[in-house]
Amino acid sequence: MSVEVQDPSANSQAAAKSDIIVRRRLLSDRLQLIALSLGPLVAAILVASLILIAMGVDPVAYYTYIVNRGLLSPSGIEATLTRMGPLLLIAAGLIVAFRAGIWNLGGDAQFLLGAVVVAALAPVLTAYMPVWLVLIVTLIVGAIIGALWSLVPALLRARQGVNEIITTMMMSFLGISLSNVLVKIFFLDPATNVPQTRTLPVEDRLPRLFDTTISSGVLIGLVAILVVHYVMAKTAFGLKLRIVGANAKAAVHAGLSVSALTIGVFAISAGFSGLSGAIAVLGQYGNVRADWNPAYTLTIVPLVFLARFNGFATIAYVFLFSVLSIGSESAARRLGVPNYFTLVTMAILLILLGITEMLDQKRRESRRT
Amino acid sequence: MTLLTAAFLTALLAGAITAGIPLLLAGLGEQLSEKTGVLNIGIEGMMLAGAYMGFLVAWKTDSVFLGFVGGAGGGMLVAAIMALLCVRFGLNQIVIGIALTLGAEGATAMLHYFQFAQTYPRLGAIASLPIPPLANIPVLGPALFNRPPIVYIALLLVAVFAYVYRKTYWGIALQAAGDKPAALDSSGVSVLGIRSVAVLLTGALVGLGGAFMAIVGAGIFVPFMTNGNGFIGIVLAMLARGRPLWVLGGAAMFGACLSLTTALQVAGVDIPTDVIQMLPFAAVMGVLVMLGRKANLPSALGAAYVRGAR
Amino acid sequence: MTLSSQPADDAKPLVSLKSITKRFPGIVANDSISIDFFPGEVHVLLGENGAGKSTLVSMLSGLQQPSEGSIMVDGTEMPIASPQKALALGIGTVFQHSMLVPSLTLTDNVNLGGAWWKTPDREAIATRMEETARSIGVEVNPTAITSSLSLGEQQQAEIVRALMRGSRFLILDEATAMLTPKDAEKLGQLMRRLVAQGLAVIFITHKLNEAVAYGDRISVLRLGRKVGALGPDELKSLGPEAATKEIIRLMFGSNGNQAAVTAKADGAMRPRINGAGTGAAPVLEILALEVDDDSVPVSGIELKIGAGEIVGIAGIDGNGQKQLAEALAGQRPVKNGRIYLDGQPIEDLPIGARRHRGLRYVTDDRLGEGTVGAFPVSINLLLKQIGEAPFWRSGIEQGGAIADNARKQVKDYDIRTPDIETPAGKLSGGNIQKLLLARELTGSARAVIFAKPTYGLDLNNIAASRRRIREAADGGKAVIVLSTELDELIELSDRIAVMSQGRIVGIVENDGDARQKIGEFMSGVAA
Repeated sequence: MSVEVQDPSANSQAAAKSDIIVRRRLLSDRLQLIALSLGPLVAAILVASLILIAMGVDPVAYYTYIVNRGLLSPSGIEATLTRMGPLLLIAAGLIVAFRAGIWNLGGDAQFLLGAVVVAALAPVLTAYMPVWLVLIVTLIVGAIIGALWSLVPALLRARQGVNEIITTMMMSFLGISLSNVLVKIFFLDPATNVPQTRTLPVEDRLPRLFDTTISSGVLIGLVAILVVHYVMAKTAFGLKLRIVGANAKAAVHAGLSVSALTIGVFAISAGFSGLSGAIAVLGQYGNVRADWNPAYTLTIVPLVFLARFNGFATIAYVFLFSVLSIGSESAARRLGVPNYFTLVTMAILLILLGITEMLDQKRRESRRT
Repeated sequence: MTLLTAAFLTALLAGAITAGIPLLLAGLGEQLSEKTGVLNIGIEGMMLAGAYMGFLVAWKTDSVFLGFVGGAGGGMLVAAIMALLCVRFGLNQIVIGIALTLGAEGATAMLHYFQFAQTYPRLGAIASLPIPPLANIPVLGPALFNRPPIVYIALLLVAVFAYVYRKTYWGIALQAAGDKPAALDSSGVSVLGIRSVAVLLTGALVGLGGAFMAIVGAGIFVPFMTNGNGFIGIVLAMLARGRPLWVLGGAAMFGACLSLTTALQVAGVDIPTDVIQMLPFAAVMGVLVMLGRKANLPSALGAAYVRGAR
Repeated sequence: MTLSSQPADDAKPLVSLKSITKRFPGIVANDSISIDFFPGEVHVLLGENGAGKSTLVSMLSGLQQPSEGSIMVDGTEMPIASPQKALALGIGTVFQHSMLVPSLTLTDNVNLGGAWWKTPDREAIATRMEETARSIGVEVNPTAITSSLSLGEQQQAEIVRALMRGSRFLILDEATAMLTPKDAEKLGQLMRRLVAQGLAVIFITHKLNEAVAYGDRISVLRLGRKVGALGPDELKSLGPEAATKEIIRLMFGSNGNQAAVTAKADGAMRPRINGAGTGAAPVLEILALEVDDDSVPVSGIELKIGAGEIVGIAGIDGNGQKQLAEALAGQRPVKNGRIYLDGQPIEDLPIGARRHRGLRYVTDDRLGEGTVGAFPVSINLLLKQIGEAPFWRSGIEQGGAIADNARKQVKDYDIRTPDIETPAGKLSGGNIQKLLLARELTGSARAVIFAKPTYGLDLNNIAASRRRIREAADGGKAVIVLSTELDELIELSDRIAVMSQGRIVGIVENDGDARQKIGEFMSGVAA
């Protein structure tokens, strides 16, 4: 940000000085932000360590193992990065929704339906078109399916003001059951006894990165979240959404079409969830089994909140979460600490982050006195 | 129509009650919180804590009664964290609610892993308390009037809450806390106190519902066994708004559909259970689409109360 | 001073403030204030917005604690730690904003605070409420749902409730702000009846005439300090006119006096623009306008406003002014009728298109809808031009152009802000109003609607806002000013329309006896 001097009598020295002050303030703001994010993380690991000690597990060994398995070992980091793809896409959708003040809590069904339809469609399409085209078509289809599943809550909210927390949750339960019905009745793979869709051959899936097993889904996820970050921060469309979220009355007053924007937000947000489902199938699983529901949305919601809807911070949190969950899956098998421990760690982290934020607010208020 | 035998209908109705009671308790609990302006997204976690504690105590003490007390206590324990963080400290109710749900899921699953994962102990069948003349009615009797006392208590709670909301000073204060907390405060009633008590009682009710699932419904604790029942409770409470009787109606409908899935399976009908599980949600969505009425929630719902802040 | 102004040796104050100071982050709201309140007196606390009246009230009612000083009740020091404590001491407060729960009946609002395990005897309470109301000469319907009552009725119910709770010290905070002149007068008489029964009544207001009309004793606050007081003897001996002059001197000091006087003089001298109103084609023309609303449907609005003309719309708050303004701006659908801007119908156009044609709306809900508090000043200045060049190109934000625009507006409109990136919500009310004026008055405005343009502002900002309105008219724009302050309309307008219950009940030329005619129109329908 350059400081342009309006008043010709003001000398450039003053301008330079104020520039330095602004920069210094920005720097200290940033440092504070990092401290505010890292402090609770360290505290959460400490609290979680105490629990581990109570369980008779050496926390140092546990976390070393997790870092080794989730981050440092080749197969671990590959699994971590692959897992990030769908999570980042869900996060991207949630950022858009939450920025606009819309509680799309129906991500699980949007994800699953996208996944199921894509899983059913892709093996069929491979007979008719080249792989790259199949991938593009199915990714688009996944996004559309997700968006469609949010249409009813979107219309109800935009037209009649019906609370979307209720409707998206209902549609989520409905959609999870529907995707099971689809898998069990309509898209069943006749070749196996397990109720699941036909499996997409590995060579027909999303390409892997370099010589690893990392799915290129993670790239799509990263691009999505960066695009969302840029659009929200720098474009007129993003600003409009933020105004709707920050003050819907002001949006009406300013002449924004709140109902059209609302429907748009639902479509984008749910579209990302559907796309996420498509990528999980095309990049990772290759099929959908009956009763499969990773229920990612509920874990990503608080992460996005804690990142304060910032794209980069979200990437960091999603990365952290992926390392933790991949690492702890191995730890469950090896160290006898059940996988569920990750959930407890997450809960502690969320609560501590919430408390930190509250304390920070109090501190800022008292500093103004 | 060989399906519609007396035995089938009895099983269906009994199953509806068994599936509906936890939903009823969850819905009544959430309704209480929402009435005072607290959007309690954490009830799924409170329910799981209740299920775990209920099972643990019932199994250790061999007392169903103590089991239910333990279940209510387990729910209250999680609710106490919510009351402290969201009511006292004013933290974001949705973030903390989800955090508590995740935490309770993880904690109960882990405790289960260490305690029961090798042995999978089961509780025995629960003694029923037949209500003499009514219990002899065919179909209705065994399904409704020959049940464990907790079933009657849960149904009685509907009337109790209807009475409390409409007839007592407390009911008035609850409504004021959600609708215009500043008015309640200026009348000398502690808004934070009313809300804290409501959240704690929500925990007890919801915990009881969880304990019911473990002790009466399944006879065993399984990780994640509440399986979204808490969230359905939230939906019921939002649809019923302030009316306990509507929660009962909703719980009955959802319970019946859940029960129908099992009953049909038992009867050997080849429909995936998921189809029937979709019915209640589809029905409610259909009603919402047709009526399109605004979900008229308390005006202070979700907002922390800070005296003097506008 | 307190000692000398006591009415008699035997009268003891019911409540005394001893050197009360209250600090908030960044400001001192009350600075060492000492006041005695006596039973049987209406004690007026008079002061401008921001003088510290509300803070004083919130300390007396137990909502806040003084930073320094003490409160004495019946001669003993008595910290009022909570609203409950205040009620127990017999201090009842009727706040400016209703403290009744809208979804409950009046009876149940009386029941707030009852022992939780008990069941209220609603009939007995309703009877007692009716009796109490009758004893002070008002009528209430205890079984009515609060939200169905008018603000005046709600206020009476609150006074009755305070008495039922045993209040002997009744605080009425800006009680007349929302009332019709007739209701305000009724309230004045009610206050007289209450003190006749031995109560102490504290009446907080910023309206001079009410203070002089109903007060036995007046304390004047200014910028957090008590700057003077008039006891009963002084009030009597001075007479209304001299008392008013003395109070003005206290309230505004020498500067303020100047400002008030110039404002008055300006109003009287406002020149009529030739051809305004009649003859030339109107800029803004409203024909048989009808607007739907649940509480106040608007109908039959006919207005023509010429270039350079200011038409005032008078009326008590909530008589359809807001609905009319929003319908004109496009925020609310028009049910029937037409709106012409420069001869073109605009009633079907969306908000943005109306703005492009030159219609502007300066809202009175400055924080609620006028600005996004968390967003920077620079963005708030462009809130109605999002996506337009040169500030956005192909939908992408152009930081330089946005900042340039902001710096220019901040300078032109004298918006006092630390930085153009400062969140708009952090500015003072006056500067937020300047921001809105900057946004609405720049560019090719043809017709401007000002809703309560000086509401809640201090004197300097009031003067600045009124100057902008006059400048807008002088620049050839058609201007509508909606206001509840009659003085303001008389100062600014060429013609004044009176609105009541969603209709325009009369339009008067702003000449010598406009005030009286407007009063007649207002009370004629208000009855």
